[in-house]
Amino acid sequence: MNAPHPNETPRWLDRAENVRKIYYSVWIACGLLLLAELFIDKHGEVEIEHFFGFHGFYGLIACVVLVLAAKLLRCVLIRPENYYDDR
Amino acid sequence: MTIAEISPGLTLIAGSLLIPLLPGRLRSAYLVLLPLLGLFHLSQLTAGDFGVVQFIGQQLVTLRVDRWSMVFGWIFMIATLISAIYALHVRSPLQATAGFLYAGSAIGAVFAGDLMTLFVYWELTAITSVFLVWAGGNRQTAFKAGMRYLIMQIASGMLLFFGALIQWNATGSLAFNHIGLDAPGGWLIFLAFGIKCAFPFLHNWLQDAYPEASEVGTVFLSAFTTKLAVYALARGFAGTELLIPIGALMTAFPIFYAVIENDLRKVLAYSLNNQLGFMVVGIGIGTELALNGTAAHAFTHILYKALLFMSMGAVLYRVGTVKGSELGGLYKSMPLTTVFCIIGAASISGVPLFSGFVSKSMIVSAAGYEAYVFTWAVLLFASAGVFHHSGIKIPYFAFFAHDSGKRCKEAPMNMLVAMGIAAFLCIGIGVMPGPLYALLPYPVDYAPYTASHVLAQLQLLMFSALAFSVLMWTRIYPPELRSVNLDFDWAYRVAGMEAVKSFRLALTETRAGLGEAIKARRLAIADILVRHRRPEGMLMRSWPTGSMALWVMVMLLANLALYYLK
Repeated sequence: MNAPHPNETPRWLDRAENVRKIYYSVWIACGLLLLAELFIDKHGEVEIEHFFGFHGFYGLIACVVLVLAAKLLRCVLIRPENYYDDR
Repeated sequence: MTIAEISPGLTLIAGSLLIPLLPGRLRSAYLVLLPLLGLFHLSQLTAGDFGVVQFIGQQLVTLRVDRWSMVFGWIFMIATLISAIYALHVRSPLQATAGFLYAGSAIGAVFAGDLMTLFVYWELTAITSVFLVWAGGNRQTAFKAGMRYLIMQIASGMLLFFGALIQWNATGSLAFNHIGLDAPGGWLIFLAFGIKCAFPFLHNWLQDAYPEASEVGTVFLSAFTTKLAVYALARGFAGTELLIPIGALMTAFPIFYAVIENDLRKVLAYSLNNQLGFMVVGIGIGTELALNGTAAHAFTHILYKALLFMSMGAVLYRVGTVKGSELGGLYKSMPLTTVFCIIGAASISGVPLFSGFVSKSMIVSAAGYEAYVFTWAVLLFASAGVFHHSGIKIPYFAFFAHDSGKRCKEAPMNMLVAMGIAAFLCIGIGVMPGPLYALLPYPVDYAPYTASHVLAQLQLLMFSALAFSVLMWTRIYPPELRSVNLDFDWAYRVAGMEAVKSFRLALTETRAGLGEAIKARRLAIADILVRHRRPEGMLMRSWPTGSMALWVMVMLLANLALYYLK
């Protein structure tokens, strides 16, 4: 991975299995946060907040929609880097 | 006259004039001492109106001290100190001088008690800050972006000026208190504040100019201009319901751009716009909780936004670029900068125990309490989105992601100290919000750290992180590409320019065509001229007096007839 720097000692993050560990720990953390809701009475200012795991699922869907919409938007909006300079 | 009767803005403005005269080391010491003197000056102020000047029959209040002006005064002075330390490595005195004049003008503006004083400082912030844009690395594009920035800022000042004149004419007073849209000149002043606050479609100067400025310039710029506008809106238009949809739109639409933008300082400019949206919503709701939230969020936002811009500035300074497509793996070279960037990112995302959490929650809760459910849902969406693009994307693409192979030195010591102070304050406020809450305009009855609230926020953030991880893992996430994305400024930078060009072309063609037509008929025209002007010609021959008398009589009769008709 570090072709131009052969003398460097590889870091912890350079190993693919460690990146995989991080990836799965995000899943586990999400699961734990859902479990925590069984023990903590979650109450909010708005009715819909009382649904089980509302904030988690809202955040998940919001971000997926955000990224996919932005990806579509880019198809329309993208221009070469020197687009304005050439005018 | 004691120090407590002089605007602390003037301390910085007068003090900055010495900066270019001082040699190297001495100047560095002075740059740190001056904001410290400013902080001392602030501590000496007492509530009330001071520094009253008589001008064209009006009382101008150059120093109004109350809780609103003090909270902004404190954070502006702290931001000046941090920016000054961050700028110590720069040899030329130009940026520091411009930066201090700019900061002093912004502080002068928040202590202004009338619209004329506000206007003077308002324009001064524009004129002084443009030098920070022009100091940017790419001279040609920075100059052009600076000109566009200056035009927008001066236009904002002009609108404020005319609005103030209309108010003066109608009410006889120039005092700057609650204005409202129905007041005489209210719309003009609203628009003036709106330009500086980067309302939708008036926002492009921000994303245009800030990423072009020097690494030091952007840190100064990020603190003052837009937060001065937030302060002015809060003072003049609190409770104006129109601000709620405007603010909600501001929180939501810049984040789509932030996801696909490649220039990481531009990503931060978009997220700055998004954070302003939260404050604008708070002003629109207008309850004490919401306004406290706006003031608190402006305070914390200045710190974490400066911290993020400082970390990207350090990358720009060391690597020479902040394009996401060129970076990656920098944590190996700049570990401290990485840590500071992550602290800024956690703060802007509102992770519990970081500053954004204790301020943004107030605004979101206020929207919920006042039953603005749709706005509340948009704010929640924007909270998840800001974590996504500022909280994860910025540190991820700069310091982690795919190792770009770039190796450099850690940021200079002065930059690390400045980032360290900002990071310390971000965590300090997050852990212990009491001192900040004590500064706010109204008494605070709000507890951010309830088990329910912390869990809700952690769920929102962790699942957003999950979305990012999954999209990255599955390679659905749009890669960083060398590109620009069209925004509303296309309307004047391309469409507007094309319209002007084609209008000029049409004008030239018409004039040429007219010339040709005249040339072709010049003999006929000369003939007509001569015919009418020679003796016995229509214009030259003598008329009998009788016909003159006849026409006068006709006119008089017509007059009489009209008189009776009426």
